[in-house]
Amino acid sequence: MTLVKDAPPALRKARSAAPAVRRRGRRENLAGYLFMSPWIAGFLLLTAGPMAASLYFAFTDYNLFTSPRWIGFGNFTRMFDDPRWQKSVEVTAKYVVIGTPLKLLLALGVALLLAQSRRGQAFYRAAFYAPSLIGASVSVGFVWRAMFSDGAVVDQGMSVFGVHVGGWVGNPDWILYCLVALTVWQFGAPMVIFLAGLKQVPKELYEAAAMDGAGPLRRFWNITLPMISPVLFFNVLLETIHSFQIFGSAYVVSNTSCGPADATLVYTCYLYQQGFKNAQMGFASAMAWMLLLAVALVTAVLFWSQKKWVHYENDTEDTR
Amino acid sequence: MSAAAPPTAARPTTAPVAHRPAATRRRAGSLVWHLGSLLVLAVVLYPVLWVIGSSFKPSKDILGSLELFPAKPVMDNFTGLADGIADVSIWSFFQNSLFYALGAVAGVLISCSLTAYAFAKIRFAGRNLLFTLMIGTLLLPYHVLLIPQYVMFQKMELINTYVPLLLGKYLATEAFFVFLMVQFMRNLPRELDEAARLDGCGHLRIYWSVVLPLCRPALITSAIFTFINAWNDFMGPLIYLNEPGKYTVSLGLTMFRDSDGLASNYGGLIAMSLVALLPVLLFFLAFQRYLIDGMATSGLKG
Repeated sequence: MTLVKDAPPALRKARSAAPAVRRRGRRENLAGYLFMSPWIAGFLLLTAGPMAASLYFAFTDYNLFTSPRWIGFGNFTRMFDDPRWQKSVEVTAKYVVIGTPLKLLLALGVALLLAQSRRGQAFYRAAFYAPSLIGASVSVGFVWRAMFSDGAVVDQGMSVFGVHVGGWVGNPDWILYCLVALTVWQFGAPMVIFLAGLKQVPKELYEAAAMDGAGPLRRFWNITLPMISPVLFFNVLLETIHSFQIFGSAYVVSNTSCGPADATLVYTCYLYQQGFKNAQMGFASAMAWMLLLAVALVTAVLFWSQKKWVHYENDTEDTR
Repeated sequence: MSAAAPPTAARPTTAPVAHRPAATRRRAGSLVWHLGSLLVLAVVLYPVLWVIGSSFKPSKDILGSLELFPAKPVMDNFTGLADGIADVSIWSFFQNSLFYALGAVAGVLISCSLTAYAFAKIRFAGRNLLFTLMIGTLLLPYHVLLIPQYVMFQKMELINTYVPLLLGKYLATEAFFVFLMVQFMRNLPRELDEAARLDGCGHLRIYWSVVLPLCRPALITSAIFTFINAWNDFMGPLIYLNEPGKYTVSLGLTMFRDSDGLASNYGGLIAMSLVALLPVLLFFLAFQRYLIDGMATSGLKG
């Protein structure tokens, strides 16, 4: 991320001048920290402090009512031996690996479609974006559960094609795909970002390529894809991190059970059960840190890989 | 197609013969475009239409009947809502959600804009480090903070209040909105606040009278997203609220499942789902431009 930018050179030049300016620098510091004070308080009280506490809890046996007891790596060894924890990792990995690429492919495909024409583009863009706003709500979770029930619309629709699943939500082999469908349905948010990226690709590039006889596929591969790779990177990073943390839809679609047979026991569902149903605060903290490690690892790999496939232009306007 | 349009439009003067096939090809392309878009639209809108149509069906028909809108619509599901659920009126859920959402909006607008102003307009020591930390919190999974925060609020005896849900909003922990506002403020013409400064205005004055009014689009985007996020928030209320009288709409919805079992009061559940969605849908219809542009720019600058 190339976000950290310095203030204009004009101010910097003025700095090396007189003591009056240095006094002004000190006043600027004070003003800066005063304006920042809500954030600083929030960062210490609600982010940094809890992170430290959570790291400590991860190495203790803690049930909220008696004080934490240090058990070293006990929570972690227990975790790796726990079949339900393994199941939750498996379910989450499946959800991320299937859902995220499908969602991003659909988002990119529809964005490419919409970018073709201006007529009606604003309308379709808005309509396709709407599910991203309501998809995470409890309402839609229940609607999904109803639509994918035995004998309901999805089941009847599939029967037309000779596929008889019955109720997806009652079937351990299928309910996860019901969640995947729900996340894919929310392709609008990454689509909007893809569309904005596509708009920034200079038209001359396509014209020049067409002149040279490059077909649409080639133009897509050699112009569109490299030009929107920063946006693609952003979408992959954000969507992957988000899907690791899915909770509400799994909880609601499974009728709060994260079942049947733990088929929708996503990682955070198990964390919730351990922490808030079984009062295993230490174990749940250890689980949270494993999640953080996984997310950090994925983020690091993505950032490392971007050297190979993300093309940043030397965009002078943006580094102002 | 717009990319290909300029050359074909320019050609007719030199080669008039090429005009007609190009035009038919364009028309065929446009047909495919509209068919494709309409197909996606149908899939995207179906669940929304489904919940609207189903809320007017008798409970027993909701799952099995395939007609999108019932031939004989009934209002029973909605009139049933008036009785409330387990001695709590539906209105109470809405009041609570409204309180939570509006409280969150006020907090985010105040605290995030102050923080963003510092990042964008004040040069102070350590600014870049703090900015990096702030961006770092964007990627931090909330679940790492969940348990220690719960423990903290429990020790402070603030469980079953709205403090745990709202405090962070007033302390600018919503890094996404800080980021959005920083981006916006950085793009404001610098001459404006320099002029104000020469006129002897302090930072507070510049923030309030120059920067904030110019940031209206970013503030509106943040406000609407905050409202919708709070309205949809499920995990927060699930963990911190434990008395039905304090439940938000999201949490109240789950009571329709708890009390009756899913099948028997299906109509009530679906009607309540629709009613819970309405504020978000209305907000979306009124402000979709702000929401979508806000989304789009956040991705581009990242």
